Amino acid sequence: MRFLLVEDNEELAKALSDRFALDGHVVDHAPNLGDAELRTRTVAYDLILLDIMLPDGDGREFLRSHRINADSTPVIVLTARSEVSDRVGLLDLGADDYITKPFDFSELEARSRAVLRRLGGAANNSKEFGGVVFDSTAGQITFNGHSEALRNRELRLLEIFFNAPGKIFSKSYLMDRLFSFQDDVSENAIEVYIGRLRRKLQDSPVTIETVRGVGYHMTQKT
Amino acid sequence: MSVLKPTGSIRRRLVIQLAIIAALLSLAFFFTVRFVAEQAATDTQDNILAASATSIADAVYSEGGAVRLELPYSALSMLGTISEDRVFYRVIVDGETLTGYEDLPINEARNASRTPLFETMEYRGDNVRTATVSRTLSVGNQSRTVLVVVGQTRLGLAAISTRITTTATAVGVGFFLFATALSAFAAQNALSPLNKLAESVARRGPNDLRPVVATTPTELVPLVSGLNSFMRRLRDALNRSEDLIAEAAHRIRTPLATVRTQAEVIHRQMERPKNRNSVREMIRAVDESSRSAGQLLDHAMVTFRSDQLETQDIDPKELLHEVVDRLSPTAELKDIQIDLQLPNNDFSISGDPILLQNAARNILDNAIKYSPGETEIVVRLIPSDTCRIDFIDQGRGFADADIRNLTKRFSRGTNVNDIVGSGLGLTIADDVARAHGGKLVIGTNDNGVGACVSLVLPLS
Repeated sequence: MRFLLVEDNEELAKALSDRFALDGHVVDHAPNLGDAELRTRTVAYDLILLDIMLPDGDGREFLRSHRINADSTPVIVLTARSEVSDRVGLLDLGADDYITKPFDFSELEARSRAVLRRLGGAANNSKEFGGVVFDSTAGQITFNGHSEALRNRELRLLEIFFNAPGKIFSKSYLMDRLFSFQDDVSENAIEVYIGRLRRKLQDSPVTIETVRGVGYHMTQKT
Repeated sequence: MSVLKPTGSIRRRLVIQLAIIAALLSLAFFFTVRFVAEQAATDTQDNILAASATSIADAVYSEGGAVRLELPYSALSMLGTISEDRVFYRVIVDGETLTGYEDLPINEARNASRTPLFETMEYRGDNVRTATVSRTLSVGNQSRTVLVVVGQTRLGLAAISTRITTTATAVGVGFFLFATALSAFAAQNALSPLNKLAESVARRGPNDLRPVVATTPTELVPLVSGLNSFMRRLRDALNRSEDLIAEAAHRIRTPLATVRTQAEVIHRQMERPKNRNSVREMIRAVDESSRSAGQLLDHAMVTFRSDQLETQDIDPKELLHEVVDRLSPTAELKDIQIDLQLPNNDFSISGDPILLQNAARNILDNAIKYSPGETEIVVRLIPSDTCRIDFIDQGRGFADADIRNLTKRFSRGTNVNDIVGSGLGLTIADDVARAHGGKLVIGTNDNGVGACVSLVLPLS
C-alpha cells in the first residue's frame, strides 16, 4: 500500500517509514500541510496518516479542505491527545479513524483495514496466486468457484505469503506480524495458524510448505 | 462543599439599622408630644387659675373702712370647666385670712404683684396647683394688701397626661412598625440588582465563562467588572491548561512513538532470542507508560467533568454502537468477536456523553485486553427500571478478594501482573457511574468463566 505520512517530527517520520517498509508498504513523508496538499494533488494514496499539531497549521484544517474537495482517500489521524471529545471532534471533521501515539503497528493495520473495508475496499485489494484469489478486504480466499472465510489472524498470515509468493518467512518474522507485543505466546503458536491455513487450502492448487530450519513459504502443489 | 462562610445578610443588617433609627425617632416623637401636650395642659390650667384669682382680687372692695368681698360665682365655676377637680381658695388681707381655707399655704415673700405666681404643692393629700395674685387696696387713708390664692387639684391634668401618653405611645409604636416595614421593603428593593446578578451567574452552565453584560447600578459596577475580569482570567487559565495538557501529551507521546517504532524496527532485525526479548520488554514498557499517561489524562478529565456535570439526553444504543465500532479493530487482532445485544425499544438516559463513552470504552478495552484470542465478548443493554449495560468476557475474571478494591485508583487484580495496565480503567468507569447517580457492578460471568462488569445508570 502507498501511504502519505503527514508528520512534522523528523525522527518519528523516519522511524515510521522504516517500520512500514519492513511490511512492504511505500511511505511518502510530508513534514507540513503545504507539502501534504501538493502531494495529495499529484499522487493517489491508499491512506493518509495525519498528525494534528503541525508547524504551518492545524491538521484539522487539512481534514476540512480534504473533505470539501471530495477527496475520498481515507484519513487516519495520529493524535497525541487521548481525550474523547477531541477524538469525537476529529471524526466529525471527516477523519475516518484516529489512533493515539504511540501505537501498535498491528492496530494501525487493523484500523486501516477496517477503514478500507468500510469504504468499500480498494480495487486492487485482491491478489491471485496459482489459481487462488485472496481478497483481504472481504477476508476470504476463492478457488475452484468455492470461497473460504478467514479469521483475522489467518487473513493477516496469508496476506504475508500472498504479498511475496515463494518467499520464505521465518517463524519469528511471522510471530511479529501476527501477535502484538502484549501477547505472551510461544513460537509454536504460529504452527496452529499455519495448520489452519493448510486445512483451508486443502482442496486448492496452493499450499504452505515448511522449509526445515528456516521457516515457511507459499507454493503451488506439485 | 462550599467554602463560603456567610457572615449575616446585608438586607438584615440594613433592616435592623433602619429599625433602630425608626425606634429612636419614635421615642423622640413620643417624648416631644408628651412634653408639649403636658405643657399645654399646664398652661391652660395656669391661665384659668390666674383668671380666677384675678377676678376674685378684683371683687375685693372697701366699705366703711373694712375690706369686703363678694365672691364672684364665675371665678370658681370657670375652674370647673377643665375637670371635676377640687378647688381651694383663700383671701388674705394684711396677713389675715378674710375668707377661704385658712391652711392653704401662701408664699408671702412674693406677694406684691398683680402678676400671678404659680406653685405646685402637696395640700390635703393631693397635688395642688396654685395661682397667687396680690392687690393693694386703699381703705380710708390706709393701704391694705390683698392676697388671693386659688388652687386646684391636678387629677384632671394627670388624666389628660395619661391619655396623651397612651396616644403618643400608640402613634410611636405605629410609626415604628410602619417605618420598619418600609425599611424591609426598601432594603429588598435596593438589593434586587444584586440578587438578579447572583441569579444570572448561578444560572450559567459550568463552561459558560462569558462576561456578564447587564445593566448594573453604579455601586455594583466594581463587583461586576471584578467578576468579569476574574472569569476572563479563569477562561485564559483553562485554555492555557488545556493547551498545556495537549502540548505535554504531544511532547511526551511523540518521542515515545519514535522510541517504540525504532524499537520495533530493531526487534524485527534481531536474530538472537535474548536480544529480541530485551527489546520486546522495552516496547512493553513504552506501552505501559503511554497507557498510564493516557489514563491519567482521562481520569483528570473525568474528575473535572464529573464535578460540573453537564447532562443531555443520550441514546445508549447509539453510544454502544460507537464504542464497539471503535474497539472492534483491536478485538479483531485477537480474533475476538464482540456481540452487541440491544433491545428493540428506544429509550434514553441523561448524562455527559463524553464521560459515558469514556467509561464504556474503558470497560470494553479491559475486557478485550484480558480475553484470550478467539473468544467472544457480549455487550448487552438491558433496560428495566434502570439502564444496565453488561460487558461479559471469557477472560480470567476477578479473584474474589480483589473485587472490593478494583475501583480504587491504581489498584489491579492479583492475577493480571503479566498484562500491561494502569489500574485506572475501572476507577474511571466507577467515577463516571457515581457522577450519574448509578453504580459499577463487578462480578463473574454466569458460566463461572470470565468477568461481568455492569454499568448501571438511571433512566432519564
